[in-house]
Amino acid sequence: MSEPAIALSGVVHRYGKTRALDGVDLAVPAGCMAGLIGPDGVGKSTLLSLAAGVTRLQQGNVRVLGGDMAQAAWRRQVGGRIAYMPQGLGRNLYPTLSIAENLDFFGRLFGQGAVERRERIAELLAATGLAPFADRAAGKLSGGMKQKLGICAALIHDPDLVILDEPTTGVDPLSRRQFWELMERLRARRPGMSVVVATAYMEEAERFDWLAAMNAGKVLAIGSPDDIRRQAGETTLERAFVALLPEAERGDAAPMPDLPRVVHDGAPAIEATGLTRRFGDFVAVDQVNFRIEKGEIFGFLGSNGSGKSTTMKMLTGLLPASEGEARLFGAKLAGGDMATRKRVGYMSQAFSLYAELTVRQNLVLHARLFEIADVEGRVAEMLERFDLADVVDVRPESLPLGIRQRLQLAVAVIHRPEILILDEPTSGVDPVARDGFWRTLIELSRQDGVTIFLSTHFMNEAERCDRISLMHAGKVLAIGTPEELKRERGMDTLEEVFIAVLEEAGMGREDGEADLRERPAAPAHVRRFDVGRLWAYAWREALEILRDRARLAFALIGPILLMFAFGFGISFDVEDLPYAVFDQDQSAQSRQLLESFEGSRYFETRPSIASPDELDQRLKDGELKLAIEVPTDFGRDLLRERQPEVGVFVDGAMPFRAETTRGYVQGIALGYLADAQLRTTGKETEPYPITIEPRYRYNQAFKSVNAMVPSVIVLMLVLIPAIMTALGVVKEKETGSITNFQSTPVTRVEFLLGKQLPYVAIAFTSFITLVLVARIIFDVPVKGSLPTLALGSLAYVLATTGFGLFVSSFVRSQVAAIFATAIISIIPAVNFSGLLVPVSSLSGGARLIGLSFPAAWYQPVSVGVFTKGLGFASLWFNIVVIFLFALGFIGAAMVALRKRSA
Amino acid sequence: MFARLARIFRLGIKELYSLRADPVLAGLILYTFTVAIYTVASGAKFEVENAAVAVVDEDQTALSKRLRDALLKPFFKEPVLIGADEVDAAMDSGRFVFVVSFPPKFEHDVIAGRQPTIQLDIDATAMSQAGNGASYIQNILIQEVLAAVPGAATTQPVNVVIHAMFNPNLNSAWFTSVMQLINNVTMLAVILAGAALIREREHGTIEHLLVMPVTPTEIMLAKIWANGLVIVVAATLSLLVVVERLLGVPVQGSVPLFVASMVVYQFSVTALGILVATVSTSMAQFGLIVMPALIVMNLLSGATTPMESMPVWLQNVMQLSPSTHFVALSQAVLYRGAGLSVIWPKLLALLGIGAAFFLLAGLRFRKALQAAQ
Repeated sequence: MSEPAIALSGVVHRYGKTRALDGVDLAVPAGCMAGLIGPDGVGKSTLLSLAAGVTRLQQGNVRVLGGDMAQAAWRRQVGGRIAYMPQGLGRNLYPTLSIAENLDFFGRLFGQGAVERRERIAELLAATGLAPFADRAAGKLSGGMKQKLGICAALIHDPDLVILDEPTTGVDPLSRRQFWELMERLRARRPGMSVVVATAYMEEAERFDWLAAMNAGKVLAIGSPDDIRRQAGETTLERAFVALLPEAERGDAAPMPDLPRVVHDGAPAIEATGLTRRFGDFVAVDQVNFRIEKGEIFGFLGSNGSGKSTTMKMLTGLLPASEGEARLFGAKLAGGDMATRKRVGYMSQAFSLYAELTVRQNLVLHARLFEIADVEGRVAEMLERFDLADVVDVRPESLPLGIRQRLQLAVAVIHRPEILILDEPTSGVDPVARDGFWRTLIELSRQDGVTIFLSTHFMNEAERCDRISLMHAGKVLAIGTPEELKRERGMDTLEEVFIAVLEEAGMGREDGEADLRERPAAPAHVRRFDVGRLWAYAWREALEILRDRARLAFALIGPILLMFAFGFGISFDVEDLPYAVFDQDQSAQSRQLLESFEGSRYFETRPSIASPDELDQRLKDGELKLAIEVPTDFGRDLLRERQPEVGVFVDGAMPFRAETTRGYVQGIALGYLADAQLRTTGKETEPYPITIEPRYRYNQAFKSVNAMVPSVIVLMLVLIPAIMTALGVVKEKETGSITNFQSTPVTRVEFLLGKQLPYVAIAFTSFITLVLVARIIFDVPVKGSLPTLALGSLAYVLATTGFGLFVSSFVRSQVAAIFATAIISIIPAVNFSGLLVPVSSLSGGARLIGLSFPAAWYQPVSVGVFTKGLGFASLWFNIVVIFLFALGFIGAAMVALRKRSA
Repeated sequence: MFARLARIFRLGIKELYSLRADPVLAGLILYTFTVAIYTVASGAKFEVENAAVAVVDEDQTALSKRLRDALLKPFFKEPVLIGADEVDAAMDSGRFVFVVSFPPKFEHDVIAGRQPTIQLDIDATAMSQAGNGASYIQNILIQEVLAAVPGAATTQPVNVVIHAMFNPNLNSAWFTSVMQLINNVTMLAVILAGAALIREREHGTIEHLLVMPVTPTEIMLAKIWANGLVIVVAATLSLLVVVERLLGVPVQGSVPLFVASMVVYQFSVTALGILVATVSTSMAQFGLIVMPALIVMNLLSGATTPMESMPVWLQNVMQLSPSTHFVALSQAVLYRGAGLSVIWPKLLALLGIGAAFFLLAGLRFRKALQAAQ
C-alpha cells in the first residue's frame, strides 16, 4: 500500500496528569475507510485532533499525507486537503446561518470563487438530498440533517483526508444508515479519498476496511474487522473488543439480568392524553397518548427532533402543554407542585450539572435540595453504587462522558424517586459503560419498583425495555413490547421495524441520488494571506448580526439614546441651587443684601430659616445646598462701619458643586459691595487696582452641552464596539466552531480582521449618526475638519473593536469576556479620558492608565474638531497613536489566540 | 418556610463555590475594589488641582513675577512661560487649561493707578475645571496685587465668611472615592448576577434545578444573597481599607448604617441584573443592554455631576434607577452624618424598585427559559 494517510510514532499527550495518549505508534492506511474504536476517554478524539492539526503536538511525531505536522508550513499546505468534523452534532456549524450560507462560508475558507462555490454547493445538496431545505437555518435542522450538512461542509473542498470524530453519535438508526450509504457513494466517486472515523458503535465498525482498537491511550489491535475478530476469537466485533481489554476493564461478564416485571396495582405512573405542544406555528408534539405502569421500563424511540425531549419536558413540568394533559401518579401535573417533583428524577440530554463543583459537591447539593434526612450516608451510598468513589473530588468537566452520565444518574436517583425520566442517558457512552448503566436501571426498576421512562437511539437498549414507542414528527406511530412490534411486522430486529415505520411516515425521502463530479485536485499552493478567507469570516459575522435584529438595533439606536441622556444629563452648569436665609436682623440693609441672591438664576429661594438648629438640620437633610446667616444688628453695624460678618454655609458633600457655589457667592457679594459703595458715595469706584478679563475660549457661553456632546461620542465609540466584539472569539470557543479556524488554512490575522470588519462598519455608522445628532439636535457645530474627524474616528473604532477582540481571545468564558470588557473599559473611558477631568490634570496612576487607553487620545480629536476648529495638522500625532493602539490590540489578540489548542 | 430558607441557603453556597472556581472573576473583583478606586480618587480630581497653566509675561517685572509665583501647587502645576504667539497653538492642543497674559508696562500701570487688564484665557471645554479654576486665578491675582501694592487694600464694609460644611477643604477625593465605590458596586452586581444566570441557562443547569423542588424565586434569592454577600463584604473592606486608610478620607457618618443600606441597594441592583438576563436571549444581547444601562446609572445618578444640573424630565426618569437613591442616601449618611430618620424614604424607594425588578424577573423567568431554547 502507498504511504499511510496518518502516521504516528511515539506520540504522548497529557492533559494535566492524565495521559490521553501513551506512546502511540500507528499507521492509518490511505485510500480506505479506517476506524478508531474504543470506549470513552481512551484518546480517540485526541489522536484525530492531532492529525487534523487543531491540537498542539506534545511529544512524538505525527505525519499526515506524507508531511510532518509539527511544521507550520506543512500544516498550512495540508490544511486545504484535510476535512475535520469535530465531535458533537453540528458543533462546527453556525446555527443562525442557513444550509447554503454555511456551505458558502466553508467554500470561501478554501478560496473558491463564486461560480465554483455555487456549483459545488448545488451538487452536494443534490447528492445529500438537502437541496429543498437550502434556506433553512442550521439550528433548526434535525440531527440527521445536521450531520449531512456537516459532511457537505467537510467535502466542499474535495479533501484527500476526511477526519470524522464520532459522526453518528446521538443520531437515530435511519439517519445513521443513510449517512453511511451517503459516505459509500461519495467514496465511490473519489476512490483516492481517505476517511478516518472514530466511533463507539461496533456494528458500524463492521463495515470499515481497517480498524484500530484503542484503550487507555494505547492501541490494542489493528487490522480488518475480520482480523480483529480472529485475534480475539469472538464472533462479533463488540465481544471481540471486550475480549481484547484487560480483564479488570471488561465490565460485568454476566448476562444482563432478565428479571420479570413486578406488576403493581393502582393508577399508572405516567399517563398522557392528547398531549400537544406548539412553538408558534410549529407543532412539536401532536396529540400524544400513552400510559406507563408503575415499575415499567418504557423506551421512547424516534428520529432526532421528533418531539421526544419536548414530551419529556412536559412530563417534568418544565414546559406547559399547549393542549391535553399529563398525569403523574394519577394526579394532573401542576407547575408548582413540589410534592410531585420530589417523586420524579430527571436527566436531561446535555450534561446539566455544575461543572465548577466537584462530584461530591454536586451530590451533596442535590441531596440537600431534596431535603434528604441522612445526606452523608446517602451520598456515600450513591458514590458506592455508581462507582464514583475514585473521582469524588474531581470536577465533572475533566471526566469522560461515561462517568459524567453515571454522575447524572446518581444525582437523578439520589432522592429515591418513583419515576425516572431520562433523556438519551447513554448517548455517546461506550458499550461497556452502557452495560453497567443498564444493570443499574434494571435493578432500580425490578428491585425498587421505579418507573423508568427513557429515550434512546440504541436498538439493543430498546430490546431491554418492557415496552417502547416510536415517535416521528410529533406523533406516536407505534407502541408495544419489542416482541409485539417485531411480530406485527414480521421482522427480525427492532432496527428493521424502526426503519420501516419511519419510512412509512415519510422520513428519509429527501435522500438524493445525484452524482458528484470528479474535479481536479485543489491548488497545491496555499497563500499566506488571502483576502477571500478574511472576507469569509467578515461575511459570516455580518450575516449573524443581521439575523439578530435586536442586537443590531441596540448597537445603532443605543448610542443615540445615550447621547440624549448624557448630552443633557452630564452637566457642570450649576443652577437653581436651593438656598434659604436665616435673617436675624430683618433690617432694610439685610433685605438689600439678600435681594441680590434672589435675583440670581443660580439660586432658588426656599422658606426662611428660624433657628440655628433648623439651619443645621436642613443642610443635613440635603434640602438646602446653601444657607445664609445674617447676624442681629447687621444693619446698625453696617451703618457704623463696624464690618459686620455674614455667614454663608455651603453643603460640601459634593465638592465640585460647593466650589462653584462659592464662586457664585463671591461674585454676588462683590456686586453687592460695589452697589453699596455706589449708594453711599454716589460714584462708581473700582475696588481693585487691576481688572481681569476672562475669555472662555471654544465655548463662549460656557455651556456644558458644547463640551459634553463631543466627549459623549468618545464614550459611545469605545463602550459599545468593545462589548460587541468581546464575545466574537470566545463564543466560538464555547460553542466549538473555533475548530473551523483551527483546522482550515485560515490564519489568525484573517480570522481576527474578518471578525472585526463588520463591527468596525457598525461602529463607524454609529459615529456618523452621532455626528448628525450632535449637529441637528444639540446644535453643536463641527468647526474643524470633518475628514480629519472621520479619519480619527475610523482609527478609534479600529482600536476599540480591537480591544474587544483582544479580551475575547484572552478569556475562556463569555461571562468573563463581558465582565472584563465592561470593567476594564468603563473605568478609564469615564474617568481618565478627559470626559470629566482634563487629561492634562490627571496625576499618577490615573494619568498612566488614561494614556494607555485609546479614549484619552481620541478625546482631543473629537473635542478639537468639534469645538476648537482644528484640522489634521494639529491632530495627526493623536491619530497616529490611535492607529498604533489598533495595531497593538490586534497584535496582542493574535498572541493570545492559539491556532492549535493544548 | 424553614425548608425554603434552607434551599435558598444551599443554592447560595453553590454560587459561592462557582465564584471561587473562576479566578478571572475573582481577580477582576479585587481590581475593582482596590486599584480602580484608588487611582480614580487620587488621580482624577474634580477640584482645581494640578491644573495646567501657561503664562505670557510681556511685562517681566518684579510684580508680574510675583503674581506668576502666586499660582502655587497643589492647585496649579508649575506655570510654563510661553510667547504671545504660542497661545493659540498651546490651547488648541489641550496642553493648558488656562493662559494668563500680563500686558506690557503692567507694573507701571498698576502703580500709576491706571488699572491694567490681565487677560485670562480659559479652555471652556474642560468643564470641570474651567469655571472654578478661573475664579481661583482671579482671586489669587487680586489678593496678591492688593498685598503687593501698598495702600491699595480697601476695607470692605461687610465681611462675607464662607463655610464649606461636611468637607471643609472641599477635597474631591472624599467625594470621588465613595462615589466610585458605589459605581463599582453597581457594575459588579448587575453583571455578576445577570451573566451567571445566562451562563446557567446556556449550560442547562437552570432547567435541571427547575425539575427539583426549587422555585424560580428561590433561585433568584440565592443568587442575590450570595453575590450580594461577596460584593458587600468586598465593598465594606474597600471602604475601611482603601478609602479610609489609603486615601485618608475621614468617614464621618455611620458605617453600619451605610453598609446596611448597601445591602438593600445590592438587592435592587442584583435584581436588575437578573431582570436584564431574563429579557435578553443571549450573552451578546445581555452585554449590549447592560453596558449602556451601567453608564447611565453611574454617570447620571448624581455621583458625577450634580443632580440639579440635569433637566427636570431627566431627573424624573433617573428616579427609576436605584443608583440615584443610593447615591443621595450615601451622601447624606457618609458626609452629612444623617441618620435613619432622614434616609428612610430613600431606603423605601430602593426596596420598592428592587421589589419591582424582582417581580418582573420572576414573571419572565420561565418564559425566558423557553425563548432562549
